[in-house]
Amino acid sequence: MASAAERHTFPELAKRAVADTQLRRNIGNATQTIRAKRAAVVAEVPDWEDLREAGRSLKEHTLRSLDRYLVQLEEAVTKAGGQVHWARDGAEASRIVIEIAERHSVKEVIKVKSITTEEIKLNEALEAAGIRPFETDLAELIIQLGDDVSSHILVPAIHRNRAEIRELFMRKLGLTELSDRPSDLTAAARTYLREKFLTVPMAVSGANFGICDTGTICVVESEGNGRMCLTLPQVLVSVMGVEKLVPTWEDMEVFLQLLPRSSTGERMNPYNSFWTGVMPGDGPQEFHLVLLDNRRTDVLADRTGRQTLNCIRCSACLNICPVYSRTGGHAYHSEYQGPIGAILTPQLHGMESAASLPYASSLCGACYEVCPVKINIPEVLVHLRTRAVAQSGFTLEKLAMGAAIRMFDNPRLLETAQKIARVAQRPFASDGYITGGIGPVRQWTKARDLPAVPSQSFRDWWRTRR
Amino acid sequence: MRVALFITCYNDTLFPQTGIATVRLLERLGHTVEFPENQTCCGQMHSNTGYGDEAIPLIRRFVKAFRDAEVVVSPSSSCVSNIRTAYLRSLVDTGDEALKRDVADLVPRVFELSQFLVEKLGVEDVGAYYPRRVTYHPTCNSLRALKVGEAPLKLLRAVRGLDLIELPDAQECCGFGGTFAVKNEDTSVAMLSDKMRTVLGTRAEICTALDSSCLMHIGGGLHRLRSGVRTVHLAEILASTEGDFIHGERR
Ligand code: SF4
Repeated sequence: MASAAERHTFPELAKRAVADTQLRRNIGNATQTIRAKRAAVVAEVPDWEDLREAGRSLKEHTLRSLDRYLVQLEEAVTKAGGQVHWARDGAEASRIVIEIAERHSVKEVIKVKSITTEEIKLNEALEAAGIRPFETDLAELIIQLGDDVSSHILVPAIHRNRAEIRELFMRKLGLTELSDRPSDLTAAARTYLREKFLTVPMAVSGANFGICDTGTICVVESEGNGRMCLTLPQVLVSVMGVEKLVPTWEDMEVFLQLLPRSSTGERMNPYNSFWTGVMPGDGPQEFHLVLLDNRRTDVLADRTGRQTLNCIRCSACLNICPVYSRTGGHAYHSEYQGPIGAILTPQLHGMESAASLPYASSLCGACYEVCPVKINIPEVLVHLRTRAVAQSGFTLEKLAMGAAIRMFDNPRLLETAQKIARVAQRPFASDGYITGGIGPVRQWTKARDLPAVPSQSFRDWWRTRR
Repeated sequence: MRVALFITCYNDTLFPQTGIATVRLLERLGHTVEFPENQTCCGQMHSNTGYGDEAIPLIRRFVKAFRDAEVVVSPSSSCVSNIRTAYLRSLVDTGDEALKRDVADLVPRVFELSQFLVEKLGVEDVGAYYPRRVTYHPTCNSLRALKVGEAPLKLLRAVRGLDLIELPDAQECCGFGGTFAVKNEDTSVAMLSDKMRTVLGTRAEICTALDSSCLMHIGGGLHRLRSGVRTVHLAEILASTEGDFIHGERR
C-alpha cells in the first residue's frame, strides 16, 4: 500500500471519540460483556497457559521456516485441484481477484468477512473494475450499507446500536416496517442475503488458517453466512496473508481451542469450515488461493516486530484494552484497531502514515496477558516508538529528551534543575500544587493538578541526617 | 542486611516523603540503608517513549552506582520493572558485553519494596499503625510486569488501625502511562475518571499503591476535584507508627 503522511492522528480522533457519550456507552458495555464471557470460558481450561505457549511456539516455528511451509502449502493445494497465486502487495492481489472475476464474466461477488481484503482495499478495487462486492457477514453488511467504517476486527459494527441498524435497514433495504429486535433485524438481512447466495456465482473470502500438510484452508465464523459463500458459488477465491499458515492438521487442535474462547467467548465456533482444493460435484468447482505478502516479510525480518505475525485476530486485546474500550476503533483510523492495530498498522502500511499509533497505549500490559499466542504487545509498541523517533526529523521532544539525558547523567545538574523548577513553578503553584503551565505541564494540568516541587529533595534530607 | 536505596528521580524531586518513609521503615526493621549519591534516573521515560538508545548512559550510571550493593530496594514498581525488562533489551545491539554481564548480575538483586519485604525477607507485619480507611490500586507494572500479587495486601492487612476497602475493577489502568498522560491527554483523563469513580465509590480517605507516578495521576485528579480523598504511597503507610499520629497528623 502506498504510504502517506498521517492525516488523522490518534490523539485528535480520540478526543472526539471520548467526548461521544453514546459511543462511550456502546463500546464500554460491549467490551465489558465480552471480557466477562472470555474470562469465564478461559477459566474452564486448566491448561490454558500451556495452550498459549503451544500456540506461540507453533506460530514461531512456522514463521521461522515460512519459505518451506509456503511451498508445501502451494503443492498440497495444487495437488487437490486448487490454483495458487502469489501477490507482493494489495494492488497485485486485487488484480488477481479481478482477473478471475473477468474471466468468468462475473459482475457481482459475495464476500465472507475478511480483514485482509479490507487491508488491501479489495472492495474499492472491485468497484472500480465494475464488479459489485456484497458483504454477507451481518456486521460487515451493516458497515457496507451505511457507508461506514469498521471499528472492531471481530465486531465491525460494535459502535452501532439496534435503533441505528433498524433505520439503516429500512432505508437501504426498502422496508416499510421493521422492529429493532435482533431476530427481526437478522431476518431482514437474511431475506436480502439469501437471494445473493443463490444467484451470485463467485465468492471471495479471507482465511483464518492454511494447513500446510493437507492443503486445507479454514474459516471460522458464527453466522453460517460464510459457509453459504464457501459452498454455493461455482468459483471461490481466498485471499490469505502468508502468516496464516499452520504446519499440520493436528495443530488445529491448539488453535481451535485458543481462538473461539479468546474471541467470542465461546467454547467452539458455531461454524468451522474447512476445504481442500476442489471436490468434483460438491461445492465450488474452481478454487483460487491468493497468498499475500504486503510487507509481511519485512515484518518477519524484524527481530522484535515479527511476533506480530503470530496474531490469530481473536480481538481479545481490543476488548481488554483500557484505551480501546474508551475510544472505540475509529480513533485508530485503520482496519486493524486496538493494541494489535497499534502495532500492525505501522508495520503494514508504513510508520509515516501511522506514527501516532505506537503511542496510543499506556503500556498497561493487559493485552499481553490475554493474547492467546503471547504477543508481547507492549514490547513491540516500545520498539515501534523507537522507530517512530528515528524516522521523524527534528522535534522539540527530541531536544528536550536529549537535555533530560544530560541532566540525569549528572547528579549535580539534576539538583540544579530541581532548584530552577522551584523558582520557575512559582507563577503556577499554590498550596503545594501546580494548576497550569506550558507544554506538557499544560497538557497535564488541563484536568489534573500536579504536585509542586517541594523545598527539600530526598537528597537534601539525606544530607541533613549525616 | 545492607540495603541500597534506589530512590528514583521523581521520588527524589517530587515525593521525598516516600523516600524518607522507606528509609525509616527499613531501619526500623533493623537494616542498614545506604544511598549511593551518584544515582539519578533509571531511564524509564526515555526507553518507554522511544529513546532507548539515548538512555544507555543511564543504564551505565545505574550499574556503577549499585554494582557493589547486597540488595537494591526501590519504592517504585515501574522503575524496577524497567530495570528488569528493558535494560538487557536496550543493550542487545550495543556489543558492550561487560555492561551486559554487569546488568545480568545486578538485576536479580533489585527489588520493589513490597516484594522485598514479603518475598525476600518474609515479613508481613512491619509494626505499622495507620488508623485510616484505605483502598489499594494495583498499578499495571506491579500487577503485570513484577507480579507482586498479594504482597502489598498482606502488608496492608497487618497494619493496625487500617480499614482496607477493596477497589472495584482494580486491575484497570489509571491512565497514567508516563508520557501517554500528556501525549494522549483526553484518553488518559477518560481512563482516570473511571478510576476516580471507583476510588470515590469505596468511600476511602486514602488510595495507596506502589508507584508515586500513578498516585500522582490519581491524586492529581482527586485534588482538582477537591474530592477530599488523597493518595499516599504504601511506604508511608508502612512507616507510620502510633507516635506519628499522637505527635501530630501526618502529611
Ligand atoms: S494480538 Fe493476540 S489478542 Fe490481539 S487479536 Fe491478535 S491474537 Fe488476539
